[in-house]
Amino acid sequence: MFSQDLPSFWSAWVAVITLGVIFGCLWLIYVVRRSEPYKEETEHTMGHEFDGIAEYDNPLPRWWYMKFLLTIVFGLGYLALYPGLGNFQGLLGWTSTGQYETEIATAEQQYAPIFAAFRDQSVDELIADPSAMEVAGRLFSNNCAVCHGSAGQGAYGFPNLTDADWLYGGSAEKISETLHNGRLANMPAWLTILGDQGIEETAHYVVSLSGRAHDQTLATAGQVHYATYCAACHMPDGTGNQLLGAPNLTDDVWLYKAPNLTIHESVKLTLRNGRQGVMPSQARLGDDKIHLLTAYVRRLAESGSAQ
Amino acid sequence: MSQVSAHPAYDYRTVRQFAIMSVVWGIVGMTVGLLIAAQLVWPDFLASQYSHFGRLRPLHTNAVIFAFGGCALFATSYYCVQRTCQTALAFPALARFTFWGWQLVIVAAAITLPLGFTTTKEYAELEWPIDLLIAAVWVSYAIVFLGTIAQRKTSHIYVANWFFAAFILVIAVLHIVNSAFLPVSLFKSYSIYSGAMDAMIQWWYGHNAVGFFLTAGFLGMMYYFVPKQAGRPVYSYRLSIVHFWALIATYMWAGAHHLHYSALPDWAQSVGMVMSLILLAPSWGGMINGVMTLSGAWHKLRTDPILRFLVVSLSFYGMSTFEGPMMSIKTVNALSHNTDWTIGHVHSGALGWVAMVSIGSLYHLLPKVLGLVQMASVRLINLHFWLATIGTVLYIASMWVNGIMQGLMWRAVNPDGTLTYSFVDSVAASYPGWIVRVIGGAFFVIGMLIMAYNCWLTVQQAKQADSIRDLSSPEPQTV
Repeated sequence: MFSQDLPSFWSAWVAVITLGVIFGCLWLIYVVRRSEPYKEETEHTMGHEFDGIAEYDNPLPRWWYMKFLLTIVFGLGYLALYPGLGNFQGLLGWTSTGQYETEIATAEQQYAPIFAAFRDQSVDELIADPSAMEVAGRLFSNNCAVCHGSAGQGAYGFPNLTDADWLYGGSAEKISETLHNGRLANMPAWLTILGDQGIEETAHYVVSLSGRAHDQTLATAGQVHYATYCAACHMPDGTGNQLLGAPNLTDDVWLYKAPNLTIHESVKLTLRNGRQGVMPSQARLGDDKIHLLTAYVRRLAESGSAQ
Repeated sequence: MSQVSAHPAYDYRTVRQFAIMSVVWGIVGMTVGLLIAAQLVWPDFLASQYSHFGRLRPLHTNAVIFAFGGCALFATSYYCVQRTCQTALAFPALARFTFWGWQLVIVAAAITLPLGFTTTKEYAELEWPIDLLIAAVWVSYAIVFLGTIAQRKTSHIYVANWFFAAFILVIAVLHIVNSAFLPVSLFKSYSIYSGAMDAMIQWWYGHNAVGFFLTAGFLGMMYYFVPKQAGRPVYSYRLSIVHFWALIATYMWAGAHHLHYSALPDWAQSVGMVMSLILLAPSWGGMINGVMTLSGAWHKLRTDPILRFLVVSLSFYGMSTFEGPMMSIKTVNALSHNTDWTIGHVHSGALGWVAMVSIGSLYHLLPKVLGLVQMASVRLINLHFWLATIGTVLYIASMWVNGIMQGLMWRAVNPDGTLTYSFVDSVAASYPGWIVRVIGGAFFVIGMLIMAYNCWLTVQQAKQADSIRDLSSPEPQTV
């Protein structure tokens, strides 16, 4: 919590001007009403005319006057109860931060037992429990679907969770670790080191690893670059390294295949500019919800690989 | 000296120019609005790097508020101030500058916004060189308008001119303070304010763009054209005094309601809400004075579509100024904020109030400054009235439904506390409303096209009446 206190001069400034405007309105309607020469609708005009337009000296409509008074009374009452007049906190002691904290605490108290009930079940038991999967599916929709898709199918730059390919490992332990701590993947940009020609050569070698069409001469040249710069993370045979989150380059899964580019062009784009993959930590959800989500992601993987 | 039978020569040239350009920019701005409404239904419709929603939306708002609304305000204020002060415009050359300067601002906006130059401040997106031009035009406007009042031949200042003067002075202050930018290049600058203070100053400006540009200015319009068209005295001089001062005193504070439940300190949010609620009565003062001015002349509504435009505009004004204070209440705002309800609220003011009162006033004014008795076709005015009314109702009703639905979907929770709907669910559910909005917007744009045709016919009539030769001379005219 930080202090919202104003310096006392500015606090008084706010209070005095706020009340000044409200009481000014009150004074205005009172004075004008008191000086009315006609209390009923009249045909008397003010005696001046502008381009043929005259003005009646009619009184303020009574219902309108009362409504004005009512809003002023409400406004003054509100400012007595709630923070508004500078540093005066209001008689209720309400703050927006306090309201938020109360609501969260109430929700926590109300909903925590629902998730805690699944705490002692194993991941396999949860997968087999439809009621657990229903709750877990909602958690997935609220927290994961925005990047990984509502069916976990992934998108450009966001891993597909329904296949057998895992950047950091697909065991329940590894998935739980990813959810708790998040992941940071960093592929450096190689353009300044390899140059355009080097990028082209390396790309030909990279696509050759998964058996795609390539130029043999360029790929052979690219193999040298690969061994120097890429093999440390992606391994000499291109199968990747789950300790680093370095993708396997020998399969048909391409996390960074741009929707408007071929695989070859996408690889070049990645080599040129590098990539930063961020999976944020979900620790704020707490252990119980992460346990459910772990099971849900495992089920996505199993149902996907089974197809 | 309450009545002057022989009035002096009035300067109608600038009035005429602004009136015609108001119709032109109205069509442009509303067509862009229709396009982006269609893009929400069909996202690829006419979309390109320069014409996607993100770049056209500020073009739409700037074009309808400042180009359409601005030109209508210039035209009607220059017309009204001369006639109610019984004097020609002061500094006619400066008045010409306000016309050409303002058109230059609009063209610059229409070029730079699609190119992506923006300060990102809502309704103040134009970059600093254009802001400087706006400031120059606006100060000139103030000099011309206040100068004309200063040389008036009447003993008092008519109520319409109070509102116009307040609008001109306050907009000058708002624009200059909010547009305080630190330029880093010709088309890039940074606000000199930061954080919550920047947000507060932006919405102090933003809400008073509504309060003074779109309310006080158009109330000035209403106070001249409603009694004039109805041929009736203004209902209550006392009411106009009270609601004028109360309106300008409280509007100034209301901007904070745009920042409920944000990083803005609680005290500022509360004061913004209280002032917004107190604003209800001063706002309705204008509506009552306008509508009651018609008492004794209700039968004229049967035959006079111009008067219908003016009366319906006051009804929408009353409705949206009731809705506004309700939406400023924190708990209501928690539901309405960021939903289509806000868009509906804005358009019940923008289409129902601002556009309708402008259209009615322009139909009254245009033949007068062309030396004619009335527009070429009264039937087309009537057709325009029905198109505009139906279009507005379709627009705001669909946005109410959408807005409340979105607000309820976003806050709906399952028994385990998780959200029932994803954001995309609420987008998918909004499509029917967005389609109805496109239809409503199309009605409104078609009405404006009919207005343009009617204006063209009227100008042709004026030419035939052989008056146009005199009218195009640079000298002030007597009509």
